[in-house]
Amino acid sequence: MSELAARPAGAVVGQRMTHESAVQHATGVATYTDDLAARRAGVLTAWPVQSEHAHARIRLDVAPALEVPGVVHVLTADDVPGVNDAGTKHDEPLFPDEARYHGHALAWVLGESAEAARRGAAAVRVEYEPLPSIVTIGEAIEAGSFQGFAPTVQRGDAASALATAPHVFEGESVVGGQEHFYLETHASLAHVDSEGQVFLDSSSQHPSETQEIVAHVLGVPSHRVTVQVLRLGGGFGGKEMQPHGLAAVAALGAVRTGRPVRLRLTRTQDLTMTGKRHPYHATWRAGFDDDGRLLALEATLTADGGWCLDLSEPVLGRALCHVDNAYWIPDVAVHGRIAKTNKTSQTAFRGFGGPQGMFVIEDILGRVAPQLGLDAATIRERNLYRPGQTTPYGQEVRHAERLHEIWQRLRTESAFDERRAEIARFNAGSADVKRGLAMTPVKFGISFTFTAYNQAGALVHVYKDGSVLVNHGGTELGQGLHTKMLQVAATALGVPFAAVRLAPTRTDKVPNTSATAASSGADLNGGAVKHACDQIRDRLAEVAAAHLGGDAGDIRFADGVVVSSATERAMAFAELVETAYHERVQLFAAGFYRTEGLGWDPATMQGTPFKYFAYGAAAAEVEVDGFTGATRLRRVDIVHDVGDSLSPLVDLGQVEGAFMQGAGWLMLEELRWDETDGPGRGRLLTQSASTYKLPSFSELPDELNVHFLERAREDGAVYGSKAVGEPPFMLAFSVREAIRDAVAAFGPTGRSVELASPATPEATFWAIEGARAAGAPGTPADEPTSETTDAAASVTAGT
Amino acid sequence: MQHIVVTVNGVELADGEVAAHTTTLDWLRARGLTGAKEGCAEGECGACSVLVAAPDDDGGTAWTAVNACLLPVAALDGQEVVTAEGLGTPDAPHPVQAALAADGASQCGYCTPGFACSMAAQFYRPGRADHAHHAPNGFDLHALSGNLCRCTGYRPIRDAAFALGQPDADDPIAARRASPPPAPRPTRVEHDGERFVRPADLTETLGLLRDEPDATVVAGSTDWGVEVNLRGRRTPLTVAIEHLPELREVHVDESAIEIGAALSLAEVQRRLGGRVPLLEALFPQFASPLIRNRATLGGNLGTASPIGDAAPALLALEARLRLASADGEREVDLAEYFTGYRQTVRRPDELIRSVRIPLPLADLAAFHKVAKRRYDDISSVAVGFAIDVGDDGTVVAARIGLGGVAATPIRARATEAALTGRPWDLDTVRDAASVMGGEGTPMSDHRASAEYRALMLNRALLKLYRSTAREEVRA
Repeated sequence: MSELAARPAGAVVGQRMTHESAVQHATGVATYTDDLAARRAGVLTAWPVQSEHAHARIRLDVAPALEVPGVVHVLTADDVPGVNDAGTKHDEPLFPDEARYHGHALAWVLGESAEAARRGAAAVRVEYEPLPSIVTIGEAIEAGSFQGFAPTVQRGDAASALATAPHVFEGESVVGGQEHFYLETHASLAHVDSEGQVFLDSSSQHPSETQEIVAHVLGVPSHRVTVQVLRLGGGFGGKEMQPHGLAAVAALGAVRTGRPVRLRLTRTQDLTMTGKRHPYHATWRAGFDDDGRLLALEATLTADGGWCLDLSEPVLGRALCHVDNAYWIPDVAVHGRIAKTNKTSQTAFRGFGGPQGMFVIEDILGRVAPQLGLDAATIRERNLYRPGQTTPYGQEVRHAERLHEIWQRLRTESAFDERRAEIARFNAGSADVKRGLAMTPVKFGISFTFTAYNQAGALVHVYKDGSVLVNHGGTELGQGLHTKMLQVAATALGVPFAAVRLAPTRTDKVPNTSATAASSGADLNGGAVKHACDQIRDRLAEVAAAHLGGDAGDIRFADGVVVSSATERAMAFAELVETAYHERVQLFAAGFYRTEGLGWDPATMQGTPFKYFAYGAAAAEVEVDGFTGATRLRRVDIVHDVGDSLSPLVDLGQVEGAFMQGAGWLMLEELRWDETDGPGRGRLLTQSASTYKLPSFSELPDELNVHFLERAREDGAVYGSKAVGEPPFMLAFSVREAIRDAVAAFGPTGRSVELASPATPEATFWAIEGARAAGAPGTPADEPTSETTDAAASVTAGT
Repeated sequence: MQHIVVTVNGVELADGEVAAHTTTLDWLRARGLTGAKEGCAEGECGACSVLVAAPDDDGGTAWTAVNACLLPVAALDGQEVVTAEGLGTPDAPHPVQAALAADGASQCGYCTPGFACSMAAQFYRPGRADHAHHAPNGFDLHALSGNLCRCTGYRPIRDAAFALGQPDADDPIAARRASPPPAPRPTRVEHDGERFVRPADLTETLGLLRDEPDATVVAGSTDWGVEVNLRGRRTPLTVAIEHLPELREVHVDESAIEIGAALSLAEVQRRLGGRVPLLEALFPQFASPLIRNRATLGGNLGTASPIGDAAPALLALEARLRLASADGEREVDLAEYFTGYRQTVRRPDELIRSVRIPLPLADLAAFHKVAKRRYDDISSVAVGFAIDVGDDGTVVAARIGLGGVAATPIRARATEAALTGRPWDLDTVRDAASVMGGEGTPMSDHRASAEYRALMLNRALLKLYRSTAREEVRA
């Protein structure tokens, strides 16, 4: 076992701890960025002037706004002392001279109150000179409007394999975007402190990058800007790249006026201005043998990147690296590209392209199973990776046996086979309502594919009274990172959980931090916190050995007591600390962690981008109303690999919450844009909570059972744990496949069911109508559906 | 100009500079009570939920959870509010807060204070323990259907709710229920050219509307709040009427049930006690409890939205509206009331005083709502059915109200005709369903396509028939 993964006796990691702020949350005293503004005097509010065109050259007249009572200033490009850019790709002007999407912030009004700023923004005159716009992926493909790189993941010779495969299918798969809908909209509060330093509170998942961008907009070095993150009211990736420009506006306002400036987006501003999960379009050809084994896959994935690049490239990279999901595909050629459209700039969202990549293969398997005459669960099981196999990008699928263990355990825990039979009986006796049941697996790669991000820092202080203060570079989004870090520190130092406190994340404590993203928060920051604590503990062990007898190696730290196993003598941790202080021993340490063993070549898309894979599988049962297409989740069983859990209650919350968020993406949440040529072209139509529906209590399954894979230590991560933030999101494919299964029961057997995504009641209803039109339940389907061709035909079509 | 005084968590807070459009949420937060959060500013997410002392049906107080983002703070003048901070503290959390904190029911915590308030309202619901059909502790999970959580997936929140016990004997918030809520009092606030007025009585109200017909009348203000917050609507005069006793009565006689237009839907539901099955079917599908605790029938009909859910049900019930003005009263058939998109026969100086539902009620009543999400969503299509089937199995009368398929809520007259006088059987229903599929002029929008809406009308009748057929089989 690695030193990193080994757990001491009496470890606080692994204990079932509630979120460190839970009681503060429930009593309303937990403080978020915008709550701070209410407690500070003289704060100005910033309000955006948003474009009413999808694409237009603009000219601003801000004079009328300055006439509005309470308006203090209007921020425009003229105010920027540094670089007028809110991103890292130099394609994202903070104050644009061209509106690039409907809702684009063109200027910001600073007012004594939100009311004054809002009225001021309404008074700014904007002259638009409309330009042609591209609003859909289809339009972008037709116009050849792309941005960024266009990578390919390739292994073997997919074209030749498809030419000889016994069964070849081809088709298109389209999956919609998703709004993060963190309950806390983006917020920043900036002021200039007594030393002329800009201090920002920001709801940022990446405070170091927020700091860098604020610094370059202000034209000052990074050491003049400090970003603090108390906690976020949810992030999910939406606050990884998107907060920077907003923070820069607040900072610019504070510098320009000398007063604190708050910027908090309303829900509609957040929906219309900030990026979302990328919608994807894919075309594919897939070859199978007679037993349903995948032989080859050719696919082209097109992401809707929106108006600028943001994180679209790494998102696409991860999508291509997850087209295989958990399945061995011998010959693969998957191409990717990023459409440039006049929409919000799509960004990171839980799974970071992984879900969109996996969507393709799960859609393929779900569609072709009936045509191969096989049960979808059987096809999925047959294709699961086996030990020794590698991914299309050349990484060994370590612990592939866990996929099979999870699959078998899920089959048992969910009583899958018995319930299949039960559901068949139910469906035979029910014309109007049908049930469906499906199992899907997840394999998700853990590490930033941008290798440099796989590092983290921490700063741990032990005070003379034995109390411990931990700083680390990660941000608390609700995912329980701070809880886990407290457990890591308490374990490493052998003190009770309550002896450790976490300080708010600040860029002046730990510099050059990576985004809290890619599920990596606990792996990276945990490694750094442990490293810092280990240094202090090793120094203390020397002191303890001198006082208690034995060598430093004989000293054990647990629960606030320090014992020498050589002499059985003991002392309190606080007493040891006090002693060490008087002996002039350093009681604080900086910790650093970098993930070893990574190697990735983005040019060839080959290598070892991931430290390890997280595995899981889910079985979902749904009931679908044939009159309306409405779906109800009856029961969901999950078996998931969290390694040896650092914090089981936190991990359970991540698994359940991610699953439900995934279910929302696949069955409910629908972003609709005005795609007409009318005056509202490019406008987001679902721009409020009343039109963009996320899961509520009505989507909670009647029964939800989550099991963790046992004996699951991951040697490559802190205390043997695994990342958990994103992987369970993709367990929700089981819901979509269960809906497909239920829809199929309305029609003849052996018929492929195409289901739009999200599978809203209306989308499901149309799929049911299609199934019904094809023939009576129980009868064989008359003819194969259009995307199916036999090998000879498809080869002909391809030549 | 006058001060307002609101008792918040037991402390009287006075304010002499309240604007008519200031919401309770913004007002609380500006006072440092930042537990209530803005998640959507339109009553959809419940992150701003607080408890208001409202009258119960027995002269005491019902702690009522409402969306603070939709409620003008001036409407709370003289009233009592409890926020998450007032329920408990980290050192002494309230039982619902302890339950939420114990087992993973909060992650980011932003929605949690709102959940705490919605849960507290259930915690203090009198007779909760007698409703064990919801859960062993009587907790009705629908009470949380107006609160959104993006992190947990809800399972631990459900478990926290089901783990709640009963209030302690010395719980001061529970004890407060025994005495009445503060009496409503007249309010007059003026700031920046905007006035908020709560008149003393109906006569003063009607006089005010006669003199200033462009006044905006609010009761539950659940629509007003959305207009103010999302569309920046500012009006010179807002008149609050929800406390007027004449608009808060329920009368039942042999010929009709008359429901006060300013009773909240939750109050209407309690006061009717299931007496009108069609409304009993409507209520759980009407928005969320947080909305139903404030929204009124008068408001839902007054705004005349084509997708308001009350109208299709009331059309099927052949409801009539009693309109009051300084000149007197008149009664109009609801079917004649709507004249165009958000237009009605109501004059600006008239108030909807009550809704009269003629008796007897039809044998067969149902409310079908088609929406993306089962809880708390706006209808793509809504259908109210009231059908009388004679002893010989013939349809004697059919009244069907539709929402979401035209510029106004409408009666499905052609469908009604296709059913009347024919046997209530599958052939009749199929014929009538095809007629129903052609009712109205449905549109395509972000909620649903026109084709889907039309087919949902068609299927609604078939679904109704199937459900009645099944009941007969069971009997």
